[in-house]
Amino acid sequence: MLRDWVNTMRFGTISSPPARGAWLYLPAALVALAMTLPLIYLIVRASTAGISAWNWLLRIQTIQIIGQSIGLALAVMLAALLLGIPLAWLVTRSDLVGRKIWSVLLPLPLVIPSYVAAYLFVSFFAPRGLLQQMLEGWLGIERLPSVYGFWGAWLVLTLMTYPYVFMAARAVLSRSDRSLEEAARSLGYSPLETFWKVTLPQLRPALAASSLLVGLYVLRDFGAVSILRFSTFTRAIYLQYQSSIDRSTAALLALVLILITIGFLIAEQRFRRSAAEYPHTAARPPELTRLGRWQVLGLALVGITLLLGLFFPAGVLFYWLVRGLAAGGQVNHWLRPFWGSVSAAGLAAGATVLLTFPVSILSVRRKSIFSQVLEKWSYIGYAVPGIVVALALVFFGANFVPGLYQTLFMLLFAYVILFLPQAMGSIQASLRMVQPSLEEAAASLGENPLRVFQRITLPLIMPGVGAAAALVFLTAMKELPATLLLAPIGFSTLATQIWGAVSEAYFARAAAPALILILTSSISMYLINLHSMNEGSSQRQ
Amino acid sequence: MKEPFVECIQLEKAYSTQIAVRGVNLTVHEGEILAVVGPSGCGKTTTLRLIAGFERPDRGEILMLGKPLSQADTFIPPEKRGIGVVFQDYALFPHLTVFENVAFGLRKQPASQIKHRVNEMLALVGLTHHSKRMPHELSGGERQRVALARALAPRPNLLLLDEPFSSLDMELRLKLREEVRSLLKQLHLTALFVTHDQEEALYMGDRLAVMNQGLIQQVDYPERVFSHPANRFVAEFMGNANLLPGKVVEGGIETEIGLIQQPVELPPGSPVELAVRADDLAFDLSGKTNGVILSRTFKGVLNVYKIRLQSGLVVEAFQPHYRFFPEGQPVRIFADAGHELACFHNGVAVSAENHIPVKVR
Repeated sequence: MLRDWVNTMRFGTISSPPARGAWLYLPAALVALAMTLPLIYLIVRASTAGISAWNWLLRIQTIQIIGQSIGLALAVMLAALLLGIPLAWLVTRSDLVGRKIWSVLLPLPLVIPSYVAAYLFVSFFAPRGLLQQMLEGWLGIERLPSVYGFWGAWLVLTLMTYPYVFMAARAVLSRSDRSLEEAARSLGYSPLETFWKVTLPQLRPALAASSLLVGLYVLRDFGAVSILRFSTFTRAIYLQYQSSIDRSTAALLALVLILITIGFLIAEQRFRRSAAEYPHTAARPPELTRLGRWQVLGLALVGITLLLGLFFPAGVLFYWLVRGLAAGGQVNHWLRPFWGSVSAAGLAAGATVLLTFPVSILSVRRKSIFSQVLEKWSYIGYAVPGIVVALALVFFGANFVPGLYQTLFMLLFAYVILFLPQAMGSIQASLRMVQPSLEEAAASLGENPLRVFQRITLPLIMPGVGAAAALVFLTAMKELPATLLLAPIGFSTLATQIWGAVSEAYFARAAAPALILILTSSISMYLINLHSMNEGSSQRQ
Repeated sequence: MKEPFVECIQLEKAYSTQIAVRGVNLTVHEGEILAVVGPSGCGKTTTLRLIAGFERPDRGEILMLGKPLSQADTFIPPEKRGIGVVFQDYALFPHLTVFENVAFGLRKQPASQIKHRVNEMLALVGLTHHSKRMPHELSGGERQRVALARALAPRPNLLLLDEPFSSLDMELRLKLREEVRSLLKQLHLTALFVTHDQEEALYMGDRLAVMNQGLIQQVDYPERVFSHPANRFVAEFMGNANLLPGKVVEGGIETEIGLIQQPVELPPGSPVELAVRADDLAFDLSGKTNGVILSRTFKGVLNVYKIRLQSGLVVEAFQPHYRFFPEGQPVRIFADAGHELACFHNGVAVSAENHIPVKVR
């Protein structure tokens, strides 16, 4: 009290910290609001769905869809765990031949977008597919067990998602402290008991978090389940949207899906936090277990996984590419969609980065309850699957802004909602690297806030901004459901081109776009790794 | 002579890059604390890990009470040895509470018995009220106490301690080592204690084993290792700053600071080195000077002077805390030990017929 009074006497009124950037609340709030509008509309729409829709929701068929979605998610999670843990153990803790190479190759299926993987499997196993053509020619077999349905979706999604578990388990196993296991041995536990009682509990939070990530992937996935014709939420929403005149039921389904997704997200966050609590101070590298005769079994597991998850898709893709070329495949099959993808993704990257600035700056530089709420709110795109965002915008656009409906604007809007969290992560990270004292120094030298941002902050965070834009660009390139629902008539992208070609069984036409998308997503994976490594090193400092 | 409790015979262990242990012979007697001390990389931790069963020796044997633990064709895995280990980094299981950590090695017993034993152990290390805490909620000293309680709970035949205090700060280290020593003595435990700190080894060990470059250099009572180092390395490692070259003559050893009158069983003319500790050297200003003061370091209870001899050799000498001499002062330096000085020929101690009685604790 006294000191306050003395200060007031000396310096006049006490100045609160400089109110620089307070005006940013306005654009930040506007962006947050805009991102929410379609969702609010979805809720309103669902609530007016009327008795029939609610009845529909309680029908056996609907409950079946919920059951199938959750069932598929759980089955894939379980399979990813059962595949990911032993693989991670093999490459970190055993003397498996070639384990360094396997460790590099095993995460690679992640770069294949799920619908591309589904396309490659279907194009091989399906009627009129590669395998049948071969068998027909040689053996006269005309019918094959169907690739469609639960087991097809389960297999493809497991092969595309086990790397999440594999990488999480690998990180813990390679860093974990060897003396913990030795302590257990000295207290009378055999190697196997030690694994169950000491090693596995260390892994538990990481396994929980990564398998929930797998579950989220499955719940959000639209392309693979649709191509493999297994009705989960996303496919049901799409079918409902396409067929029904009353789209409220689709809205209702979408809301149920959002609730389940949010449940998974909250659980994932919690496990991730508790995973961070375990200290990892590996003074000595973990000891390698000699496999001996089990070597063959280990190699077989790695081999089968890589064969199915990586070499098989690559081989099929290569086959269709060559066949397309041999048949004189026309360049316009992929050139126009390529241009469509690039232009839409490019615009999305620019718009998203621009709209991310206000909330990123606020959340890093002006910590307040309001800025925290805005930040959390902007993560809405994480919680809402692409198909739901698309559906919400279709409703919203058709009813409120018919002028914008069926224009590129609506597609970009969906991209911004979906990818803003990604851009925000990258920009926030780079903003945290810029010490506030640099900005204060510039201000003390007579620059106004806008000029400070322009001359000091922006040049310093430019690498982060670039990474954010690249990330959004690359992710938007391969986005399928939102593009499918919102692209203007006649506007095609690589993703919709694959979708169209596969649904008409023109498998060779999808090959070139699929290859481009796999390359695209390899680059984005590389960028994400780079980004997370930077983040890791800055945390350590 | 006491019963050998653990015997290591010609132990050898090489890693892909280097040889860690090259023929270690070591005996731990029942009920004693054997402190193994040496610089980092000397093979002391490898020796401990071989005894624990975490590593398999390339050659040699380990026996416990005459029964083989490691031999050419036998290898008892660590979980079957009944040997407790306290790790340098505590190695507490981060997913288990303090209670669960201590109870970890107690199995196949009724729950009430386990509970009783854990509480007994926690009381022993003074952590009764921390039983529900998680390891990351404990301080460094508390963690080390839990690690000790955990290792002791299953009543091991032998306790191995691998630099248990090295990650603690100085004050805590001194406090904890007193606690641990009295605890081990109270329980009449046989223990092997590994450290790189010679002072800690002198305090903890009933006997000392000094290691260097994968070999045992000397095993003896602390007082004897200190006063009668077996070789040049032990003398230097145990904090002997000054090694003074000399030559055997009639009636003693001729050195730069005069004739040291002590018998040596070597022919006259043999070159030797004398271990002269800073407290064995004195100087004054009388007579013919043979050195110059380089510097003085004030240590509170005494002054440490660095003195350059005429040959260029620099030695350290203590003076009481109230005696000051300026730098550059020429002085006369001489041996004032009051006991026989350790003497080395080709780096190995030359035996003199004397037996300092050593009090066994």
